Amino acid sequence: MTVEVRGFGWRHAGRRAWAVRGIDLRIEPGERVLLLGPSGAGKSTLLAALAGLLPEDSGEAEGTVMVGGRPPGAAEGRVGIVFQDPQAQLVMARCGDEVAFGLENLGWDPPAIWPRVDQVLATVGFPYGRDRPTSALSGGEQQRLVLAGGLAPRPGLLLLDEPTANLDPAGAALVRQALAAMAADPACPASVVLVEHRVADVLDLVNRVVVLSGEGGIAADGPPGAVLDHHGGALAEQGVWVPGRELVRRRAGTAPGEVLLRTEGLGYRHPGAPGPALSDVTITVRAGEALGVRGPNGAGKSTLAGLLGGLLAPTCGAVRATGALAGPGDDPRPHRWRARDLAGRIGSVFQNPEHQFLASRVDEELAIGPRLAGQPAPAVAATVDELLARMRLGHLAAANPYTLSGGEQRRLAVATALGCAPQVLVLDEPTFGQDLRTWAELVDLLATLRDEGRGIVAVTHDADLVEVLADRVLSLQAPAGAPAPRVGPR
Amino acid sequence: MRGSLAGRNPVAKLGAALVVTVGLLATIDPVAPGIALVVELAVVPLFGLRYGQLLRRSWPILLGAAGVAVVQLLFGTSADRGLAAAGLALRVLAIAVPSVLAFATIDPTDLADALVQQVRLPERFAIGALAAVRLLPLLADDWRTLAVARRARGLSAGGSPLARLRLFASTMFALLVAAIRRGTRLATAMDARGFGGAGQRRTRARQQRFAAADAALIAAGIGLAVLALGLSLAAGTFRPVL
Repeated sequence: MTVEVRGFGWRHAGRRAWAVRGIDLRIEPGERVLLLGPSGAGKSTLLAALAGLLPEDSGEAEGTVMVGGRPPGAAEGRVGIVFQDPQAQLVMARCGDEVAFGLENLGWDPPAIWPRVDQVLATVGFPYGRDRPTSALSGGEQQRLVLAGGLAPRPGLLLLDEPTANLDPAGAALVRQALAAMAADPACPASVVLVEHRVADVLDLVNRVVVLSGEGGIAADGPPGAVLDHHGGALAEQGVWVPGRELVRRRAGTAPGEVLLRTEGLGYRHPGAPGPALSDVTITVRAGEALGVRGPNGAGKSTLAGLLGGLLAPTCGAVRATGALAGPGDDPRPHRWRARDLAGRIGSVFQNPEHQFLASRVDEELAIGPRLAGQPAPAVAATVDELLARMRLGHLAAANPYTLSGGEQRRLAVATALGCAPQVLVLDEPTFGQDLRTWAELVDLLATLRDEGRGIVAVTHDADLVEVLADRVLSLQAPAGAPAPRVGPR
Repeated sequence: MRGSLAGRNPVAKLGAALVVTVGLLATIDPVAPGIALVVELAVVPLFGLRYGQLLRRSWPILLGAAGVAVVQLLFGTSADRGLAAAGLALRVLAIAVPSVLAFATIDPTDLADALVQQVRLPERFAIGALAAVRLLPLLADDWRTLAVARRARGLSAGGSPLARLRLFASTMFALLVAAIRRGTRLATAMDARGFGGAGQRRTRARQQRFAAADAALIAAGIGLAVLALGLSLAAGTFRPVL
């Protein structure tokens, strides 16, 4: 299906700036386009416009968008779209019903529905039958199912908005396999537009690259090799993970300091679970050292982060703080500490920063920690100012934390932990879903905090992060005979 | 025979449970609920449910029935407190068991389909509710994460009642924000797949049929209510609620 975009622009209601503007683009049938650009360039808005998902009353439009010679409408099945989070896209309880859902909406003849469901499930390589509960799928399998649902009505244009950003590496690979299978299938959609930060992973799935400019309009357009050769440097600066860039190592320059935390035969079993989520971990956390914890889904990485962070009580073995971390005469077990004491010794940063936000302004968010630590008002204000400056959040002091960008939220979450001046920082997937620029900022920040003498623990799927930052690596194995990994990104 | 009622139309199962319940609500005597309970327990295998499973699903109701009986025994004012206590306990059980049977054997998807196809409920409501039910376990996970995240920020539940209330309110607010965000994204995804689109009729891939056997199940429910009330009248124990 031919896509014709002329002078397109969109401004969300109540905003002064245009989300996207000055877009002229023609996509021929059969083209598979990778859409790149800095965050905030309007990639998702453009996809929403192509899918007919920008209601007239939700903003102001200019220019025209035509798909197959007509304005796109959501309820026609001519355009399919897949978003990031499978949990926010699955509707039905059973896999077959999920794929059938779109066909029912479009008024397909019931006898034609189930053969098409089976056919499209086979196309994406879905390994289970129609009756499989959608809740029993891993994140990657769920996203395959979402893709099948999008393909079922035989759309002439398929839009993919960072379809692997919420998945672990194994899940992302599953989705890319399905996309490759789809690209090789002559019965599948004529045109594809894909938004994806990690360019190297998807380069062989596309035959054209379009780069949106941060200032409006299109910065580059052409075959993948040519565009990346000419614009690779500029794209990397804007945060795109272009292939072949050297990552700068930030290992510790000095030997690690004293031991702060020590675990012995540490294990955890969720209440009612048949087997342990984590077993027999014996490690140390030292001052001035970054420990990287890796492992497949289900190996207990997040559980270990919770145990080291004093947020979970071990069901086996122990986490003990040394005298260098715990106060004199204190219980050495972090999970027994009062919350206030804990926050002043071990800071935890969760995978989703929004889970940790408490206030409606960034500066108030930052004041909570020092205030709990008993600092007088002037000292609290000084700490807040220092953190704002350090994290380059000064211009956002009055903003609501929920309205910040992903990278800003991550910096704020680290800053709130630092406000309590902990000696240990435990981070769960700190670089998850970040673009290259935010990623590099985080590496820089964590390396600096480590070099200041803190103990850093990062549990992560991100091999690059471990490679550039970790002074020591712990690889967790999935327990033998473990149940299927929990659904979702963690 | 075993399990032959499990596959009946969800609306028929709920309808049968409803008529039995309404019938038994009419009287407070031990005979009518006693008879109903005997019949209800006798048909449990027809729903493909084992008695152990029924017990596991209905223990809170058993506890409630026992509580009602004890209160009546200790503080009752009627002449024969023992009989009154037994009557009340039987009543609680006889009213609850049909609903437990119905809901234990109804699949949410089938229920939504039947509500749309037989009761003519709007699809926007039925399918939307089904999608929302799917999100509930995610909400429970969110709540646990939010609670732990507050401890990580230095806030604990062990404070003054006011502090606890504020902590609860802040956790609740965060949960609400997360739920609304996920719900909005889900609604967009459903729109993108043509749900609720104007100008076209939605078709149904799954048919829920309302067969003669389903009508018979409701009729059997009416029959049971009539039988129980009739025997109670004949025995002279019938005591209307009003």
